[in-house]
Amino acid sequence: MRSKTVETLPEATVLFAGDSGDGMQLTGTQFTLATAHAMNDLATLPDFPAEIRAPVGTTYGVSGFQLHFGSVDIRTPGDEVDLLVAMNPAALVVNLDRVKSGGTVLVNSNSFEKKDLNLANLDSNPLEDGSLDKYRVIQVELTRLTRETLKDTDLNQKQIDRSKNMFALGLALWLYSRPIEPAQRWLESKFGRKPEIRDANLELLKKGFHFGETTEQFVTRYEVSPATLPPGRYRAVQGVQALAMGIVAAANKSGLPITYGSYPITPASDLLHALSRYKNHGIMTIQAEDEIAAIGMAIGASFGGALGITGTSGPGVALKSEAMGLAHITELPLVIVNVQRGGPSTGLPTKTEQSDLMQALFGRNGDAPMPVIAASTPGDCFEVAYEACRIAVKYMTPVVLLSDGYLANGSEPWLIPDPDDLRDFDVSFATETNAEVDGQEVFHGYIRDEGTLARPWAKPGTPGLEHRIGGLEKADGTGNVSYDAANHEKMTRLRAEKVERVQQDMKPLEVFGDESADLLIIGWGSTRGAIEAGVTRALNAGHKAAAVHLRWVHPLPPDLGEVLSRFDSFLVPELNNGQLVRILRDRFLLPFEAMNKIQGRPFGPSEIAKKIAEMVG
Amino acid sequence: MSDNDSQNDPNTPKGRKPTLPPGMGTPAAKKPTLPPGMGTPAAKKPTLPPGMGKPAAKKPSLPPGAPSGDGASGLTRADFASDQDVRWCPGCGDYAILATVQRLMPELGVPRENVVFISGIGCSSRFPYYMNTYGMHSIHGRAPTVATGLKASRPDLDVWMITGDGDSLSIGGNHIIHIMRRNVDLQIIMFNNQIYGLTKGQYSPTSEVGKVTKSTPFGSIDHPFNPIALVLGADAAFAARTMDRDPKHMKDILKRAHDFKGTGFVEVYQNCNIFNDGAFFDFTEKATKSDRAVFFEHGKPLVYAGGTKGLRLDGFNLKSIDLDEGSWGTDDCLVYDETSLELATILARVYWHDELPQPFGVFYREERPTYDAQVNEQVQSVIEARGKGSLADLLAEGDTWVVQ
Repeated sequence: MRSKTVETLPEATVLFAGDSGDGMQLTGTQFTLATAHAMNDLATLPDFPAEIRAPVGTTYGVSGFQLHFGSVDIRTPGDEVDLLVAMNPAALVVNLDRVKSGGTVLVNSNSFEKKDLNLANLDSNPLEDGSLDKYRVIQVELTRLTRETLKDTDLNQKQIDRSKNMFALGLALWLYSRPIEPAQRWLESKFGRKPEIRDANLELLKKGFHFGETTEQFVTRYEVSPATLPPGRYRAVQGVQALAMGIVAAANKSGLPITYGSYPITPASDLLHALSRYKNHGIMTIQAEDEIAAIGMAIGASFGGALGITGTSGPGVALKSEAMGLAHITELPLVIVNVQRGGPSTGLPTKTEQSDLMQALFGRNGDAPMPVIAASTPGDCFEVAYEACRIAVKYMTPVVLLSDGYLANGSEPWLIPDPDDLRDFDVSFATETNAEVDGQEVFHGYIRDEGTLARPWAKPGTPGLEHRIGGLEKADGTGNVSYDAANHEKMTRLRAEKVERVQQDMKPLEVFGDESADLLIIGWGSTRGAIEAGVTRALNAGHKAAAVHLRWVHPLPPDLGEVLSRFDSFLVPELNNGQLVRILRDRFLLPFEAMNKIQGRPFGPSEIAKKIAEMVG
Repeated sequence: MSDNDSQNDPNTPKGRKPTLPPGMGTPAAKKPTLPPGMGTPAAKKPTLPPGMGKPAAKKPSLPPGAPSGDGASGLTRADFASDQDVRWCPGCGDYAILATVQRLMPELGVPRENVVFISGIGCSSRFPYYMNTYGMHSIHGRAPTVATGLKASRPDLDVWMITGDGDSLSIGGNHIIHIMRRNVDLQIIMFNNQIYGLTKGQYSPTSEVGKVTKSTPFGSIDHPFNPIALVLGADAAFAARTMDRDPKHMKDILKRAHDFKGTGFVEVYQNCNIFNDGAFFDFTEKATKSDRAVFFEHGKPLVYAGGTKGLRLDGFNLKSIDLDEGSWGTDDCLVYDETSLELATILARVYWHDELPQPFGVFYREERPTYDAQVNEQVQSVIEARGKGSLADLLAEGDTWVVQ
């Protein structure tokens, strides 16, 4: 047997695609785990269909998992795919355009029968009709090999066929010289109580791994060296896990009980699932009867002296808007997490987008501003969640935290923070009266703190501080209901000014790329990786550009104006039809150019690099 | 425009003329009201400028003979009255409810700082501003959600929820049925005036068919809810009805709701003298009350009309029997059992009945675990099983590796 040549790659992008029932998410997740163990930098993009189990073999039932990994700085799940593993014709059809010319397509040749081709609306077999000529095609009889391996077990045909993804996983792990032990350990723990299934899967995994070694179809094997990450202890983290841990960290550091009210909605349900397991971390979760009840419960908890948090996606925020206004005028601490998805209306539940910015900024009746913070990577979700909680309490205000489906489900290596390094999270409840009326000591609920303009947090159960709050406009100081004209204007401005003061808590902006460039790219949310990777490519190609990324979208950072003044032209890439760009134009009156992608997919670095070249070339 | 259409509907309030919007027709059933500030506003003493006099000057008054509240806690009703001017219309039934609640508070022995009133939107929901306790005037229909979140995270507080027929059964319909099934330990006072008062006179989900209002000039066509039957259907563990015009009964019922461990739901018939005057007069006014209302109690026979009539259970139906005439006696009357869901269901469906009196009392009581106790017990049991969570351990959960 000829030995294989080993080629070292700086990076690679792999896409596993198959039917919803083919276990592609599992395959991708395990490959990611192995890649993390190989110490590569990585970024992932799971791509699920909206239906739970679409009809087998159809194009709308295709589920995919893309992973970009390397020894270099990996900022995005990858532009073009180097290896596509397609379990059936539909998976091939849906994803072929993402594969680079000369890239590898590995298919399960047993599933390219007439009926499979029909389900994918194909008239001819792509394995035979020349449509795959510009790719390197590897045909593997995954189904047959799986059945043969397991023919002596007690599993039935369905169970056997369903585990063929383990063969594909083993093969992929071999192809990129990944360690096989993490997947083995995972199988041992997951199927510990089902030894038949455990052993079958372990066997398949091993067989797939060895298949690469023995078959002559594979001449080259790849290696991707460890990345130079800053030293420390790492783990792979998904955005939604990081959000949950940030919330737990907030509970831990502040000492506040947290009540999380939520209603299941894609892609935010996993946040409820995660938090519901952290009861011993000071988190109480309530699955409410609807979105409005979820935020109502959070508000009730905040009134009682806990920190109320609610999480949802765009359609849920729409329902919560009246209650958000109530939280705004009662000036209670509250965090509203929006894991954005494709809109409008029901939209594309499993696709990513960042089109709820305007909703976060303005989606309430009346003038009801609130701080809006956005996460930029899966790991960043941790710090952003912690900050959102801290600011909500410090300024006695609802805070909107924007994430999106891509961040929520994507993962990356994460340097585990030391809890002692987290910012201080002080909480003070009112315990004394704060005003005098006719010689009597009284408590006025709206006498504000000088620095933050926050009102005092007097929780029920505190003697002598009995007071009433509510949605009606209230008098400055006393907090009694007031319809006075001048007072309303004053209160509206005070509430707006309080939100502006959050600027005090912002870190200085960092400019990425070439500070001497004329072009500045301004991004927010999950576009950070693609923008910075795109700027890097542009710089390598001789086109100068710089980028700044906003964590706080409202209020805008105090140094943004000064940063903008150093540049002449501006580009605002967004996964929406133009939202931040309008805010910036309104505020700074500069020629911000919009770059909008509204396809339910993140930007690729090459798109950004191409646009930079157009603008400066 | 007549109520003839509703005659055969057992669930429709009838027996009185539908009210016309103010200003239309001859409002024979409506007492003329004076603009605020004129004449002697019977239900409200004149208010002093803020800071003058003791808060006692602003107490709403009760009909003579009503019980006073002297605190088991050392507090008096004055302690529970806030410094705000009460702005309900003169003659509104809400004053009586406020006074009764203020008189009841001292008897409950709960420290004032632990009492919280949560309301929605409507005339009813202005209530928290007049109580010198913690309170929140929240949003339309959503008080159950705020109250649930508050009680779940602060089970030590004594939570009262104030709502109206529109607030709880229209926009709040979803939340009211869920708080019933959860059985959160708090009290709900539902002010039922069978109209939308604050928005000036539209019909409500409890208004009778054919009601002529601003939004239904040709008569409402909606079949109305029966609130007690509705909450029983939502598995309420406690459901009761009382009236603004009988403060003694109201106070007893509210106290029972407070004593009950679970969601103590109380429907209070409340007269809106501006937009729906006289809706409940049949049951509440001296001339007809005896004949048209039955005040029932657990363990006692259902007897009314000064003891001359009773209610007997014939199969699944209640029948009125004449106790004076000779054939029937008190022994033939149904002895009420408030722990029987079957009896509660039958009695709740005696609703605006031509021949039978309207029932007032505690229809149903069921001992059942409360949501707030359970949610906290579960948290405690997880802490006991796993110990208090370590943040450092959580952050480093799963597969980790070290980069040198």
